[in-house]
Amino acid sequence: MTEDPAHIVPYRTFILVWLTLLALTGITIGVAQVHFGALNIWIALGIATLKSALVIAFFMHMKDETTLFKLALLAALAILAIFIGLTFFDVLYRS
Amino acid sequence: MSGHVHKDYTGAKFGMWLFLFTEVLLFGGLFILYSVYLARYPQAFVAGGAQLNVWFGGANTLILLTSSLMVATSITALRRGATSLCLGLLGGTVACAALFLVNKFFEWSAKIGHGIYPGSAHLKELPPGEMVFFNIYYLTTGLHGIHVVIGAIVLTWTMVFIKTGRVNAHDWVILENAGLYWHLVDLIWIFIFPLYYLILH
Repeated sequence: MTEDPAHIVPYRTFILVWLTLLALTGITIGVAQVHFGALNIWIALGIATLKSALVIAFFMHMKDETTLFKLALLAALAILAIFIGLTFFDVLYRS
Repeated sequence: MSGHVHKDYTGAKFGMWLFLFTEVLLFGGLFILYSVYLARYPQAFVAGGAQLNVWFGGANTLILLTSSLMVATSITALRRGATSLCLGLLGGTVACAALFLVNKFFEWSAKIGHGIYPGSAHLKELPPGEMVFFNIYYLTTGLHGIHVVIGAIVLTWTMVFIKTGRVNAHDWVILENAGLYWHLVDLIWIFIFPLYYLILH
């Protein structure tokens, strides 16, 4: 193993991320009890996206990866967004 | 083979990430299914979601987040030479996986006890939207559950490698990749939980 042996993520970082994830879980449960209509689902998705970003950046070390890894992740997410976008472009405009 | 053995850390990790992208697209398909039917049957999805137990879903969220923390810290432990701590953390993760599945067992048992399972007579009597909700619920959480089982097996296998010294403080890419897989299992649940258990309104 040659890659960056000096860089070991300290335990503290992971524990802080975990605490943040727990707090966000609490928030998402709390917010779900309040009626915002159609907005509820978007708030839930927003918090889930934030939680995923934390898991990917810290737990999965994406933060410390090279540009190649980050671009690949971006490409995968873009493909998923295109799938979702095109599906709804069809479904929402059916008469 | 004698002498220097070539190791491609970046290549191994990148391969794992490519595999994870295919997993994201696989579950992405199920989330598209969910969102299309949510748009078509919003009322029925709320009625369906209200029948799921937030405590089961919440407990499993807690379990998976904590297990993810243990996997992440196990890599730090291994690289710092704290092998037994690393093994303890991985053992804890596998225990979390088992706990998750026990929870799932009780949750599904209660649902099946109420006659709610794919193809059941009761489900056929429900409004079409609720039937769709429960079918996608079983499909998505079932596929996710299979991933939990696979993740637990992969992590156990990695623990054997650590015990035999094949995975160590200087060569830990197998643990890294096993960990990446486990974090994906956690990521998928981060979306399943609010979409299925929390759509109360």
